[in-house]
Amino acid sequence: MTENIVEINNLSFGYGSRRLHKGINMKFPRGKVVAIMGGSGSGKTTLLRLIGGQLKPTHGEVKVTGQIVHKQDRPGMYALRRKMGMLFQFGALFTDLSVYDNVAFPMREHTNLPESMIRDLVLMKLNAVGLRGAHKLMPAELSGGMARRVALARAIALDPSIIMYDEPFAGLDPISMGVIVNLIRNLNDVLGATSIVVTHDVHEAFSFVDYVYFVADGVVAAEGTPEELHASQLPFVHQFVHGDVDGPVPFHYAAPDYRQDLLRAAHV
Amino acid sequence: MFKQTTKTLRGIGHRFIDRIWRLGTAARFVWRILRRSSDNPLRLIGLTVREMYATGVLSLVIILVSALFVGMVLALQGYNTLQRYGSSEAAGVLVALSLVRELGPVVTALLFAGRAGTAITAEIGLMKTTEQLSAMEMMAVNPIARVIAPRFWAGVISMPLLAAMFSMVGVLGGYLVAVPLLGIDHGAFWSQMQTSVDFRADIVNGVIKSFVFGIACTIIALFEGYDAPPTAEGVSRATTRTVVNSSLAVLGLDFALTSFMISV
Repeated sequence: MTENIVEINNLSFGYGSRRLHKGINMKFPRGKVVAIMGGSGSGKTTLLRLIGGQLKPTHGEVKVTGQIVHKQDRPGMYALRRKMGMLFQFGALFTDLSVYDNVAFPMREHTNLPESMIRDLVLMKLNAVGLRGAHKLMPAELSGGMARRVALARAIALDPSIIMYDEPFAGLDPISMGVIVNLIRNLNDVLGATSIVVTHDVHEAFSFVDYVYFVADGVVAAEGTPEELHASQLPFVHQFVHGDVDGPVPFHYAAPDYRQDLLRAAHV
Repeated sequence: MFKQTTKTLRGIGHRFIDRIWRLGTAARFVWRILRRSSDNPLRLIGLTVREMYATGVLSLVIILVSALFVGMVLALQGYNTLQRYGSSEAAGVLVALSLVRELGPVVTALLFAGRAGTAITAEIGLMKTTEQLSAMEMMAVNPIARVIAPRFWAGVISMPLLAAMFSMVGVLGGYLVAVPLLGIDHGAFWSQMQTSVDFRADIVNGVIKSFVFGIACTIIALFEGYDAPPTAEGVSRATTRTVVNSSLAVLGLDFALTSFMISV
């Protein structure tokens, strides 16, 4: 049986009075690439922040390698985070550091390796994402896809056992998207890591992930392998997978009656 | 009428509580900076020196050019007034005392808030907006220790040095106007200044002021950046607040410190 690296048990979370998650359960087995999908504002990125311990659940728990994340003190939390790598939506590269220094940053912070060894490791990581030749560039000189790849090299700098991706395909051209898809799959398999990919790009995600969770209305609305979900007749899954404009997820934001609204405007 | 009054009072109360809340958050923020400053002192020194370049060295041009003009204007105004009483040689004293006691620390702090303070707020605010601080947290690196503390110490150390340079260049500006231009005796200019400026009462007090202003301006700049909503508008408002709050803090603190120093 495959060990679960990350487990989310009965998790609830909200901002103020707005409840975003209402008892979510998820499991992320070692060595697998798992996607969390759902509409905008469904709390997918928040789930990553809860796994990373940047937010505290109101109920339930997130376990990473068997340890409850929100019960850790600061050193414990930092020890857990050293096992994680995270790719932020737009890379979040340090703009005052070069590509090389960005990738070297976690190594310099957490290891006492000599600079010569750090250099070799940085070049290896950059080579893995195809950007060894760009190591002298500054983040401002990179395209969106390149920045995402540098951020990926930085995320895997310390060979984490969990890699989290927040919307890795947002705003990328098809070629860059294909590159990132291959990188996520290959790096996961080579490093023996567990990858959690937050995305709403159905086509790309279904092409390389092992398992998918659909989040809607604060709960897991559906789950399964890409094949299972593709064949699913659940209205929400069908709408999401096939991109139907209307369905269980309405096109219109909740509003009063259209005719009455227009008539009221005429009286103003 | 009653409803309106209640609404107004509630608004005032809400704003008051909000201010107190922010003050408490700022106090906790300062405490965290001080606590994290002892995490890795050697690394902190290295990072602080790097930040001093951005905070101090890059502020030099505006500080020194302003100082030169302030000194020149002081000499002109001083000469114009003093010559009516037949003591135009005292222009040097007037320039030096005005600069060392008041204008050096105050004008430097105001310029520092406008140049370095806004840069710090915008930088930290943008780091927050672009998730760089979150990324650091996720890499198990404390942003307070890595980003905030070095900038705090850089500001605190840079301010007195900048104020000292401001006063020096200001005196030089005053000399350039008073001696070659207005014809005041070179020896009288310097000797009167030497006898009238007291090291303890004037220079040390000026340094104390600039040190206090440095702490105030840097904390305001850092806090506003760190606390800024992660949007373009949020960063823009935070930058504006840095200038406004720093200027008011400097002028208020100047009055408090001067009253205290005169009474001692």
